[in-house]
Amino acid sequence: MKIMKSALFLVALPAILIAIWWIATLNNTSYLVPTPGGLITAFFDTWFGDRFWDDMVPSIARLFGGIAGAIIVGVGLGLLIGSFRTLRQLLEPLLEFFRAIPPPVLVPLLGLILGISDQMKITVIIFGSVWPILLNTIEGVRATDEVQRDTARSYRLTRPHRLRYLILPAAAPQIMAGIRQSLSIALILMVISEMTYSSSGLGFAIIQFQRNFAIPQMWSGILVLGLIGLALSLVFQLVERRVLAWYNGLREVQRA
Amino acid sequence: MPEPTTPVLVVEGLRKVYPAPTAGGQSVEAIRDLTFTVPQGQLVCIVGPSGAGKTTLLKCIAGLLPPTAGKLELQGKPISGPPRTMAVVFQEYGRSLFPWMTVQANVELPLKSAGVGKAERHQRSHEALVAVNLADAGEKYPWQLSGGMQQRVAIARAVAYRPEILIMDEPFAAVDAQTRAELEDLVRKLWKELGVTVLFVTHDIDESVYLGERVIVLSNRPTVVQDDVVIDLPAERDQLTTRSDPRFAELRLKIYGEIQRAKDTTGDTMTVRTIPAA
Repeated sequence: MKIMKSALFLVALPAILIAIWWIATLNNTSYLVPTPGGLITAFFDTWFGDRFWDDMVPSIARLFGGIAGAIIVGVGLGLLIGSFRTLRQLLEPLLEFFRAIPPPVLVPLLGLILGISDQMKITVIIFGSVWPILLNTIEGVRATDEVQRDTARSYRLTRPHRLRYLILPAAAPQIMAGIRQSLSIALILMVISEMTYSSSGLGFAIIQFQRNFAIPQMWSGILVLGLIGLALSLVFQLVERRVLAWYNGLREVQRA
Repeated sequence: MPEPTTPVLVVEGLRKVYPAPTAGGQSVEAIRDLTFTVPQGQLVCIVGPSGAGKTTLLKCIAGLLPPTAGKLELQGKPISGPPRTMAVVFQEYGRSLFPWMTVQANVELPLKSAGVGKAERHQRSHEALVAVNLADAGEKYPWQLSGGMQQRVAIARAVAYRPEILIMDEPFAAVDAQTRAELEDLVRKLWKELGVTVLFVTHDIDESVYLGERVIVLSNRPTVVQDDVVIDLPAERDQLTTRSDPRFAELRLKIYGEIQRAKDTTGDTMTVRTIPAA
């Protein structure tokens, strides 16, 4: 019953919007605006053929490569910088500066250095989406509870154990919040990097459709990006629920 | 006169001054000059008005805070960091246990770091949880338990660590009176069974007399030893009979008087909590 109800909530509004769209485009003559049926046809025709392997899979691979890289670099550096106060004070202004650089401007630069390669795109994604993870990890490590730290010290936990069983879990809520922000940045940078220096990928395909006036196909590309973003956020929620089960339980107890 | 047994803990001329937080600020002298020794196997209570630097003293003894001056020795060796033979039970049980780990994992973590094998870890954590009457709580998370139960988990963690000296920093300040009485009896029981030296800090005069064999009274900040009282109550203590013993009332009154005197002599504005009638 409960599952059916939440499923209903999930599809109700999209269904209504699609219905309105369908009615509004019944007498449609503009070639710029697709009909629901036309878009669905274009979606399946365009993306479940050669383009699946040529554009969709490379894009998703770059996206995941970039996100994985951002998590590894962000959490790794964040643990290091957060653990040492002098290092943190030394690096903070520099990090703020790098963070302030709009990542898309790196596309031409890295295009020159790394060429029209996957490495270039993954580097752009990492550079843009690492900041929320890095800064949140630093803050999470810094804010580790003092009594928990004293406990770890007085029981003489080894350094790896302190990292694995105290610092990392204590910072996990902050780290996860950082990753959540990074996901949408990563998706944006994936598209941007593919739109300029690329010969494959969703961003490349959408630009190509637009230049050839393949308007329904262009729309369907936007739909694919939306669906990828949605899938990403759903997967993230599942992971977060597992990783932060203790945190959510604790908060529920504290609220009661 | 020589000590009957060699002291396990020596505190001599301990002084702790917290430096000024900012350039123009004032430094705070938490402890001026503390000297006392604790013989092997004794249960000592340390009382003092709130703000008397009790936690500072414990942190120094636990090796978590370097003293400004003075000598600290545990089993003949100077304390320079957290000693292996010491376990600490903190006041804030909710923050001392790791909420992301089960009760059993919390109890076993120090053993894991000490290199104790898996089978022995399980064995020791199980025994410790049985000793504190929480045999069935191993799979639960700390936040799923009541405050008193959480503090018992923290005690079990200390017990499983098998320390030779147990430091307890106002461990029952945040639990209700009923639970508190149970936990006091638990501490007496474990102390007798394990033969450890216990240093129990509290601001509660009744608790110190009920638990201790000896009570060290601290003065107000800046702290010195105000008095050192032997508690000559029978070893078998009971919440009802011990607390209604006339000697209990005498000792309580004596310590209360000392704390009042401490308040007057230092001229500080710290207040001593009033004692309810017996």
